[in-house]
Amino acid sequence: MQINRFSRGMSDYQLKMAFIMPTMILLILMNIFPLLWSLFLSFYRYKVSIPTVPPKYIGLRNYSDLFTDPAIWGYFRTTAYFVLLAVTAQFFIGFGLALLLNREFPAKGLVTTLLLLPMMLSPVVVGLFWRFILLSDNAGLLNYLLSPILNLPILRSIFDPPIEWTTNPKIAMLAVVIVDTWMWSPFMMLIALAGLSAIPKYLYEAADVDRASAWFKFRWITLPLVSPLLLIALLFRTMDAFKMFDIVYVLTYRGGPGNATETVSMNLYKLAFENYNTGKACAMAYILLIIIVALSNIYVKYLNRVKGET
Amino acid sequence: MKRFCIMIVLALLVVMGCDNKKEEEEKAKPEDAQISPQEGTQESLRIAWAEWNPADYLEELSKDFTSDTGINVEVVQIPWESFQSEISVAFVGKSSNYDIVIGDSQWLGMNSVGGHYVDMTDWINENIDVASIYGPAMTAFAEYPKGSGKYWALPAEVDAAGYVYRKDLFEDPKEMEAFQEKYGYALAPPKTYKELRDIAEFFTRKDKDLYGIATWYSNSYDGITMGFQQVMWSFGGSYGDTETYKVDGHINSEDSVKALEYYKDLLKFAPPDAPNYYWQETSDAYKAGKVAMAMNYFAFFPGIVDPEENANYHDKSGFFVAPAGPKGHYISIGGQGMSISTYSKKQDIAKQYLKWFMQKPVQEKWAKLGGFTPVKEILESDAFKTATPYNEAFAASFPYLRDFWAVPEYAELLAECQTNWSAAVTGQKSPKEALDAIAKKHEEIFAAAKMESTEE
Repeated sequence: MQINRFSRGMSDYQLKMAFIMPTMILLILMNIFPLLWSLFLSFYRYKVSIPTVPPKYIGLRNYSDLFTDPAIWGYFRTTAYFVLLAVTAQFFIGFGLALLLNREFPAKGLVTTLLLLPMMLSPVVVGLFWRFILLSDNAGLLNYLLSPILNLPILRSIFDPPIEWTTNPKIAMLAVVIVDTWMWSPFMMLIALAGLSAIPKYLYEAADVDRASAWFKFRWITLPLVSPLLLIALLFRTMDAFKMFDIVYVLTYRGGPGNATETVSMNLYKLAFENYNTGKACAMAYILLIIIVALSNIYVKYLNRVKGET
Repeated sequence: MKRFCIMIVLALLVVMGCDNKKEEEEKAKPEDAQISPQEGTQESLRIAWAEWNPADYLEELSKDFTSDTGINVEVVQIPWESFQSEISVAFVGKSSNYDIVIGDSQWLGMNSVGGHYVDMTDWINENIDVASIYGPAMTAFAEYPKGSGKYWALPAEVDAAGYVYRKDLFEDPKEMEAFQEKYGYALAPPKTYKELRDIAEFFTRKDKDLYGIATWYSNSYDGITMGFQQVMWSFGGSYGDTETYKVDGHINSEDSVKALEYYKDLLKFAPPDAPNYYWQETSDAYKAGKVAMAMNYFAFFPGIVDPEENANYHDKSGFFVAPAGPKGHYISIGGQGMSISTYSKKQDIAKQYLKWFMQKPVQEKWAKLGGFTPVKEILESDAFKTATPYNEAFAASFPYLRDFWAVPEYAELLAECQTNWSAAVTGQKSPKEALDAIAKKHEEIFAAAKMESTEE
């Protein structure tokens, strides 16, 4: 038979390679090569928009320029501020929702599905409709809904409505945090819910027999058993939040007002695709990659420790 | 069998070689070769432009070219927000997707030095009556380096920043009386930036959700730069010395600081969302009756006088030239030039199209459809000035037009202006700090560019 002859002609090793090679080639072409190529370019002065000027080797100059530019540190501060606020808010809201959903009630499935909807939407779509919700004038839906409260004499004496959500540099980042939290708290909720539903019921029953308080059960049963999963969720969210780009691009018009919401990724985009400073952008991307890898390592080490304890 | 395989491979190589030869022959054809309608029946041309009304007019106009030559013309309209990046990606990928690109004047330096635009100097000098084109338009949209006589484009749509105002408010006797009483002169379209501020202040009535002015403050693309630069020039400031590329002392001069203080102050009389305003938002604010005056490119004014788009104020709108400042009168230039992509495989047809487009009867029809022609004679004719309620103000704006840097580093220079000026008007930096920061960065950018050119 044809097939037998064909398979007889191949050794086990060749067969293995035949299966692995397509994936390997794809991985090398799509991941490894761009990674190495961008590393190579990060040591060159090169603008992709001007191909007539060949890349010029400048050693670590792109890196030193970036590290000595005070504006870059400003973007890192903005990013850190965003990550801290957004991930903290998402953690508490997501975990809180998971605790509420971890019980039986009518239409639980429907409520859970509805709560998960925001994270299934495209970030650009989310950014666009929140742009209209958070318009800084009275036409903004949120300002309109809040107007009865904001127009109370006691509040009017403190500040002048409407709230300038995306145009006041002091508030704009809060607007980005609100949108990101709305979108990604369900992710935290989902992971926490998976962890909560995996906790054996008999532990709570035993605690009930011992007349343990609700706080005691939460502190000594729920939290230790769900924490490895919560840490994984935190790890994902931190890495993702650190790369925040899309919502900022759409909601606050590329990091505005000024550079009040310009995250590192936004700046990286501007360097690469608006300024066409390809070499510098590659160096910046590597700095970002190293930071994310370092952050992830801290999480993973902590996760292993927590796992060991539990 | 082996020999048979080798023969097949050789045969394939020969066929491919013939194909290449054919391609070379095609390229070797005279550049301005005319294609008869019969020959060109299967041909088509793709023009990339931003998504706006003039692109619709061009699509309409190009039907005449198709009927004359049999060559189909497709005007690909790209949304403004991604216009620049989409064209850049096509150029970087050496894509032959677009034959003609109608790009911003600032792109000239980068796309000519980068080898993306075809050098059309000789062809233009031989085929186009350059003297008939409005001089500043030719310089702004076609020439790089400025004054070199090297052409990379032909002006397609010549535009300028101008203002629309609510005639029902300006001509209301009660308003006129109150204004006269408060400011000591008659309420009329402003001629100076001082008058513009007074009028903006006068009409700002937050309790009625009415504001004096909507102008460009947006961080996106070149929004605040195009809005502010004309104020800066008119107050006596400048981007720098175009010969030496010295920036310090020019862009952060006392005059520039005063101009930025003025522009920031003007924001008090704009709607709360104004720091995000560019052409779309100022237009929307005006149509919604939120503002008494709004700045925009003239190319967007057809929507203002269109009853379908502007039901409430289409017949109550007047237009005026951007005001003068204490030290001059300058206006931001808008519009774009038509360039041929280096990667186009139909450069000869593209040139044929450009030659057809620049013919006087075609330009007359272009102006009639709503396009802003660069042809001097048409532009200065009474027929053009009276064709729309805003054409007269547009023609009057022409002597005052100026442009941003059109050097290859324009994108970096622009990004610094955008971020710092937006930071200044929203209070994150003082005007002086913002302008000093721009001066420092611009000098660094020019120094790096100079270093690159000397290293070469």
